[in-house]
Amino acid sequence: MSNPTITIRYFAWMREHTGTGTETLALPADVTTVEELLPTILQQSRGHATALADMMAVRVAVNRLYGDLNSPIQAGDELAFFPPVTGG
Amino acid sequence: MSVRIQTEDFDAGVESRVLQSDQVGAVALFVGTVRAEDSDNPVTAMTLEHYPGMTEAEITRIENEARARWPLLGVTVIHRVGRLLPGAQIVLVAVASAHRHAAFEAAQYIMDFLKTDAPFWKAEERGDTVTWVDARDSDSAARDKWT
Repeated sequence: MSNPTITIRYFAWMREHTGTGTETLALPADVTTVEELLPTILQQSRGHATALADMMAVRVAVNRLYGDLNSPIQAGDELAFFPPVTGG
Repeated sequence: MSVRIQTEDFDAGVESRVLQSDQVGAVALFVGTVRAEDSDNPVTAMTLEHYPGMTEAEITRIENEARARWPLLGVTVIHRVGRLLPGAQIVLVAVASAHRHAAFEAAQYIMDFLKTDAPFWKAEERGDTVTWVDARDSDSAARDKWT
């Protein structure tokens, strides 16, 4: 059986800081929420740490639905981080 | 119901006629366009990015909420992405109903929620400088007046 992973997407200035729009990370066995995964993401690069430095300025989606730091996550999910939206 | 995310321009007249029928008494149309701003350092272009899949789902959710509040006979939302110049059309919201009040109000409702919930982001160019546009508190206030 393959190791459990999670897909993470970044948009706008967060994508520029992380240097990627999409990445796949191994999901640590004890992680069940977005907040519990944050330390793993912050370790990816200095740009990741910059992008996620102020979580108050970041919106979270899990499987393309708005969520928050307490949202549950599991292997195979698509997690996304992005700034407040500015369309229209 | 129709939600389209596209790089191409759109024709508001065509979109209005598509929604008309012998049951429709009113079509309300909103078109948002790129504004250069009247300043010494005007916007020279704007690039729109979105979250494919989530964008369509969010706008469909907003449309469904509007349909639960007003008796609507048709809704079309078109939002352009990519690089746009001042004067270009960005977004169209068209709503058909039997009577004008439902059409006007639902178009405003859909637009207010699209501004705060649909995952689009604008980067503005002013000459050689590119900056991501910040979200506005006034947009959140416009949405919150509906709740």
